[in-house]
Amino acid sequence: MSDTGTTTTTPAAAPPGRGPGHDRDARPAGEAAAPPRAAGTRRRWVLYAPLALAGGAFLGFYALLRGLGTGSYDPRGVPSALIGRPVPDFALPPLEGAELPALGAADLRGGLAAPVLVNFWASWCVPCVVEHPMLMRLSREGVPVFGINYKDRAEDARAFLRRHGNPYARLGVDQPGRVAIDWGLYGVPETYLVDRTGVVRWRWAGPITPQILESDLRPLLRRHA
Amino acid sequence: MIPELGHFALALACVLALAQGAVPLLGAQRRDPRLIALGPPLAAGQLVAVAAAFAALLWSFAVNDTTVLGVVQNSHSAKPLLYKLTGTWGNHEGSMVLWVLILALCGGAVAGFGRDLPGALQARVLAVLGLVGVGFLLFILATSNPFARVWPPPADGQGLNPVLQDPGLALHPPLLYLGYVGYAVTFAFAVAALIEGRVDAAWGRWVRPWALAAWAFLTLGIALGSWWAYYELGWGGYWFWDPVENASLLPWLAGTALLHSAIVVEKREALKVWTVLLALLAFALSLLGTFLVRSGVLNSVHAFASDPTRGVFILALLALYVGGAFALFAWRAPAMAPTGVFAPLSREGALVLNNLFLCSICAVVLVGTLYPMFADLVLGVKISVGPPFFNAATLPLAAPLILAMPLGALLPWKRARLWPVLQRLWWAALAAAAALLLALALAGERVWPALGFAAAVWLVAGAAADLADRIALFRRPAAAWARARGLPRAAWGGALAHAGLGVTCAGIAGMGLATDALVALKPGESARLAGYEWRLEGVRDAAGPNWTARRATVTVARDGAAVAVLEPERRFFPVGRETTTEAAIHTNGLRDLYVVLGEERDGAAVLRLHHNPLAPWIWLGAAVMALGGGLSLSDRRVRVAAPAPKGAPAPA
Amino acid sequence: MTTIRPRRAAILPALLLAPLLFPAAAPAAVGDPRERLADPAQEARARAIGRELRCLVCQNQSIEDSNADLARDLRLIVRERIAQGATDAEVVRYLHERYGDFVLLRPPVTAATALLWAAPALALAGGATAILLALRRRRVAPDAVVEEAAAPLTEAERARLAAIEAAAAERDRRPS
Repeated sequence: MSDTGTTTTTPAAAPPGRGPGHDRDARPAGEAAAPPRAAGTRRRWVLYAPLALAGGAFLGFYALLRGLGTGSYDPRGVPSALIGRPVPDFALPPLEGAELPALGAADLRGGLAAPVLVNFWASWCVPCVVEHPMLMRLSREGVPVFGINYKDRAEDARAFLRRHGNPYARLGVDQPGRVAIDWGLYGVPETYLVDRTGVVRWRWAGPITPQILESDLRPLLRRHA
Repeated sequence: MIPELGHFALALACVLALAQGAVPLLGAQRRDPRLIALGPPLAAGQLVAVAAAFAALLWSFAVNDTTVLGVVQNSHSAKPLLYKLTGTWGNHEGSMVLWVLILALCGGAVAGFGRDLPGALQARVLAVLGLVGVGFLLFILATSNPFARVWPPPADGQGLNPVLQDPGLALHPPLLYLGYVGYAVTFAFAVAALIEGRVDAAWGRWVRPWALAAWAFLTLGIALGSWWAYYELGWGGYWFWDPVENASLLPWLAGTALLHSAIVVEKREALKVWTVLLALLAFALSLLGTFLVRSGVLNSVHAFASDPTRGVFILALLALYVGGAFALFAWRAPAMAPTGVFAPLSREGALVLNNLFLCSICAVVLVGTLYPMFADLVLGVKISVGPPFFNAATLPLAAPLILAMPLGALLPWKRARLWPVLQRLWWAALAAAAALLLALALAGERVWPALGFAAAVWLVAGAAADLADRIALFRRPAAAWARARGLPRAAWGGALAHAGLGVTCAGIAGMGLATDALVALKPGESARLAGYEWRLEGVRDAAGPNWTARRATVTVARDGAAVAVLEPERRFFPVGRETTTEAAIHTNGLRDLYVVLGEERDGAAVLRLHHNPLAPWIWLGAAVMALGGGLSLSDRRVRVAAPAPKGAPAPA
Repeated sequence: MTTIRPRRAAILPALLLAPLLFPAAAPAAVGDPRERLADPAQEARARAIGRELRCLVCQNQSIEDSNADLARDLRLIVRERIAQGATDAEVVRYLHERYGDFVLLRPPVTAATALLWAAPALALAGGATAILLALRRRRVAPDAVVEEAAAPLTEAERARLAAIEAAAAERDRRPS
């Protein structure tokens, strides 16, 4: 907020009789267009500060736009607070009439033979339909996929599994949506990777696409195998 | 056919804007009066072309031309004509055309009213405005063609988001753009001054009306948006510190600082470099807002649908204009010698302090708005910066500013002593202290609202003390009337604007005492809130031009006497299948009774009842501020600017 | 490109089209009276806490202001915890553990947010330093300058002022 200028060369007072006009020729000699740079007047680096700040901001914004394009920056994504922590305590009832074992924290803690996927889904969720073939493929390949049916009706969930196939080795039902909050869920589908010691290693919010499967999930499954 | 003409007009405008950006600039550099004289006609031509394009777009919306993509996506034949027309700027493409239209209007105004400007200065200002216009016209033509066609045309459009079908919101963008684009003019003046390497009192006089007008419009635009949020969104809030709201607040803060520092340039020829920088900043922040809203980098519910190519284009424009201007600034600013010198304790000193606090608030809001993005980018952490942060971080900066406002207005120029000023303000201070104690006693020791009331009284009484002092009300009461009539309107305007902020403070403080209740009532049942008896009479069906609704009738009584009948609605818009809540509000100027209708279940309707003391004062105060700005603008000293012999282009 | 539920999907696209430079947000959560706590003091605490917590699916709204499903669940959890006797800090910690810093509308002071929280002080200090530097620069100026600051309007300035005002008056009389 400095009133900058070469003060050392400032005329002491405005010359008398200077008219109010802006006409170039009415300008007193002391204010010639070129700044008289007296000895000792350093180049005012402060004046470059706005340019530098703006330049930094441009680079930052450009990086953000690039990130938007490549997907590395997502203004709407919420990171999981669970990564690197053991799965939360929970015990869910089974889906009635589905003949599948129920799911609880005990099934995910310690001594697992292989890393496990925990998938939150619902029959009313359109992206869940999109990702379902990926889950089926993983399940066929022998990756344990556990499901948590979120805020759903039992008959709708059963119909969904009948129609699209069942990838789940275990299935818990979270009708009130409370366990989901313990997991930090903010939408369905969401999929968590739990390693053999019961620690959450990865979370994907949104449908698992073939691309996510190959680029993110498979390497992780290999690393934690 | 008409959309094609509109498209052609846009392209023509782009060519004319390019000419406007090049020819007068060249003329000013070569001191060629013929080239300089081409500036105004080119600006007028660009204005006509853009206006034609805008008219073509308006026409497409008015007749619901479903071969135009923008109409299909944002309009519907069943919409009332008013909202068809306002729907023109209710989408990205159309709003950009409005933006450019207002820019062209400003160029036309500089060309038309700026006859007293020295030819070279006017030429450079017009050229800069032309260059800004070129960029945005190219942006529209390249990435956001509002006249894009669809074939075959669908039977009808998809409708406009119903929360936007509202008169307040129809007016909000034009007002906001008048503000944003007004700062394009002060930006152009600043760039012209940098090119010329000189800023003087006359420059300050020419810049101030533009800064005033832009500020007044932006104030109104922001207030209108806030008011709309209050009555339309239905949760009784009026400011959410959303990034998009902040994007409009940033140029307002910088513009307010500019308004004040331009006075110092005009009166004292000091703070020149700083004022030029503020003029650049105000427009830079306007453009930043445009970028944030339209590029998709923002995490806001208000943002336009994002499109990376648009983001890159706007960023490039931003880099060109802002980067170019700042580079010019770094290079040329040392040429501007300050002549007016002042003591730290003086009107000038107070205005410096004003700028310090306003710019600090601006910096905090900017940092808070951008921090989540850059924290994600640089540190890889996701955080949220919400209202609790902004309230906590800006209040400590706003409080001293409010405290100093009446003092600063009373300080004389050049060198002052504090004591005489304090003597003239003692009764205002006393009134503020009394308000504080009274509010604490009445509102049950709620500290923040009480402080808000004290600030309100301090500002209004301080403005009154300022006026009383200027007209010597107490020293020579007999002559006061004559002096009041002779007082420049700028003085009235300044005092009014300061008092307006006081009124807004009172409204905010009043909202701090708001109470509400959430009740489920069956017809005939009633609830009590804030001393009122709220009785649900019944709920029935209603219908409008493009919606159906459930409408509740609530009678409000106090001590057995009926006060108001309120009819809140839940509207359903079949096109788009959207539901909105229409709050019903009864105001008597001192408080709002506010009802929102929720779901109906088991014969009972859920109602949210609000009692909002002084709520209307928030926007009333903003209107008073804008009125103060308008009054200043009508001051002949501002209006005529500095006289110079007409036409005399600078001889070579 | 994340997820989501029909409810969220129904709200967001409409909002993304909202043109506005200003608010276009979801219509308010009207709420459900059964959600609220009977004890007004507890309810007031719950709302104060709720205003500090971000609704994760609607972005930039607090859970008190949102009608999203998840926001309602979180409101209920806040109230349950309070009814069970948890302190404000415990309630906030409960959700912070599950959703991380993102859920806090008032960012916690950490190394990552130090700059943010220091912004007001930094801005003020930076501005004040710049002003002091400018004043010092002044002080180096010739004495005459300082004297000019002390003096009332000089004869020259007065004459200039008169000229300006006379010219302005002249223009005002001239029909435009």
